[in-house]
Amino acid sequence: MSDETPILSVKDLVVRYTTGSKSHVDAVRGVSFDLYRGQSLALVGESGCGKTTLGLGLLRLLPRLGSVPSGSLRYVGKNGKTIDVLKLGNAALRRWRWQEAAIVFQGAMNSFNPVLRIGDQMADTMKSHLVDGHRPGKAEILDKSAEMLRAVRLEPNQVLPSYPHELSGGMRQRVLIAMSLLLDPRLLILDEPTTALDILTQRAIVDVLADLRERLGFTMIFITHDLALAAELADRVATMYAGRIIETGSVRDIFSHSRHPYTAGLINAVPPVTRDLPTLASIPGSPPSLATLPAGCAFRDRCSYSDDRCATIDPDLDMIEERLNGLSHAAACLNWKDVKSPREVVAADA
Amino acid sequence: MPDSVSASTGPKFGAPLMELSGVSQIFQTKKGERPAVRDVTLTVNAGEVLCLVGESGCGKTTTARMAAGLAKPTQGSVAYNGEDIWGMDKDRFAEFRTAVQYVHQDPYASLNPIRSVFKSVSAPLRKHGLAKNNHQAWEQAAELLRRVDLTPPESYLGKFPHQLSGGQRQRVSVARALSLNPKLIIADESTSMLDVSIRVGMLNMLGRLRDELGVGFIFITHDLAIAKYFGWEGRTAVMYLGRVVEYGPTQQVINDPEHPYTRALLNAVPEPDPDIAAQKLPGGGLRSADIPSLAALPSGCTFHPRCPLFEEGLCDVISPELSLIDSRREVACHVVAREAHRGAPDMPAAVSS
Repeated sequence: MSDETPILSVKDLVVRYTTGSKSHVDAVRGVSFDLYRGQSLALVGESGCGKTTLGLGLLRLLPRLGSVPSGSLRYVGKNGKTIDVLKLGNAALRRWRWQEAAIVFQGAMNSFNPVLRIGDQMADTMKSHLVDGHRPGKAEILDKSAEMLRAVRLEPNQVLPSYPHELSGGMRQRVLIAMSLLLDPRLLILDEPTTALDILTQRAIVDVLADLRERLGFTMIFITHDLALAAELADRVATMYAGRIIETGSVRDIFSHSRHPYTAGLINAVPPVTRDLPTLASIPGSPPSLATLPAGCAFRDRCSYSDDRCATIDPDLDMIEERLNGLSHAAACLNWKDVKSPREVVAADA
Repeated sequence: MPDSVSASTGPKFGAPLMELSGVSQIFQTKKGERPAVRDVTLTVNAGEVLCLVGESGCGKTTTARMAAGLAKPTQGSVAYNGEDIWGMDKDRFAEFRTAVQYVHQDPYASLNPIRSVFKSVSAPLRKHGLAKNNHQAWEQAAELLRRVDLTPPESYLGKFPHQLSGGQRQRVSVARALSLNPKLIIADESTSMLDVSIRVGMLNMLGRLRDELGVGFIFITHDLAIAKYFGWEGRTAVMYLGRVVEYGPTQQVINDPEHPYTRALLNAVPEPDPDIAAQKLPGGGLRSADIPSLAALPSGCTFHPRCPLFEEGLCDVISPELSLIDSRREVACHVVAREAHRGAPDMPAAVSS
């Protein structure tokens, strides 16, 4: 990690879905962050907070009704040139995706073609993109596929000739990760990479990701609703609520000294498995509809710290502790100084 | 409620609410036998929580289905209040079925989309004659919704499932299960599809039902942190490939696990604390990450191909039985049992959590 230019720089990004001839909903409302080389950023939040939409927006993979009306998205490529991702044409965008930035989607089964063997699907990926400026040959494709499969601790001879249905959920997820890394992207986005997997399988994926990141040094954004997973895999965490980032900081900032009532509430709702049993509380109410957002802070109806100012002011991220390389701790709350997240222990560990 | 009747067939005084004795469920398939559950013995008392934990395919749900009378065990017996449910006459079986209710995992699939909340919740009331007319049914349904914190009930009764969030739907499922004043609720991964904050609200609500109404729970989950939170005062059974491998008070099983499989599971649970997360062992400390198929179970202890305590000539030959290693806990492991009897409670550091 260094304090050079960020690999990905997002400024005031808005993602809009058209919902009717004159109506639209902003699912991401002005998100900014800088991501530096080798970092791992976790985007956390409840369902419907805009995490996945942001992930798709970053790769311009939005469905037809989605658009990016404002904001900027800059990426520094392998060759050191800065690319304005929002201005890329179709052909350039296709090259950019996968070779520079890849995504692993949620639901590993739906990401494969069920009637093609894994080996063929991996080969298709490599054939349709140029590898280091040339079209790869058969042997090269096989070598690279096998190498990546071994990197995710799978046996290529067993996996390459298999169809997706012949693999277990955890194996499919690992194949997907291997495929996403085939063209050596520098940025990898993972959308809920371990959801719906068993605990030990989930542990295997977490291990593989940590190991790959160490060896290949890619930058990672992973989207999850599981805060515990963020504690394991990320060095930075950004909490999203109603389409905005409402708190950002290092893992330690977020888990030990969260300053936004929403983040504190989320963490307070996760039961720990080791040591004492704390009381847990849920956050009252449910997230607001993005179509009818109230004025002021979107969280104020569910917030125990809210006061009169919150009804009118929608706070921006307020710097709490400034650090280099996007690791600053900031929270979008007027009352962040008052927010505490003490856990009350109800039953001490015997 | 069953107060009563003839001494020989009626509920026995002092018997546990639900007792599974040596139950097995062996599915016959075209490709041969699939032993989903083998020789499981568990009990639940009134107002008590029994957590069943384990990975998918370990037989948690099959065990619960047998406890609910939805599947008949191929071996062993299921007793409700001391009475074998498969020896009950029709009326008593119907009584049993009202007393044991099931809450499913997916609230999107378990509610009929074209029935309003009122219709879903009141259907059992009308069917079993607990509500004589629509007005009574409405009153009782409203009361049930209040119990599960859907207030004011009037604003929910007329709604349809698609108008509710996942958490609200799951609460409706619980309200429906409560409509017949059950003695035992079987919650099968009932909170796994909910968001973190909603999940805790749901668990707190279920905990209140347990305390206020004295309902017993069989709580199935793959998430040990949830089992710990909800079943703290109760007991936990850890299942692996159709068998119970560790069974005891939740506090002991989760905070001080003995079976190497339980240890691995606990070690694999992501922890919302970066310091603890950094200490996790890769792969949960197991020798292999793959679960053997039920079609080709390993010889001896079915856990031996993955077990860090594996001893050749013992674990791959003899299948260990559940045995008491201290006053309240049973573990099915040769090595752990031996160490316990030797009076050395600590195991090798290989998988210490």
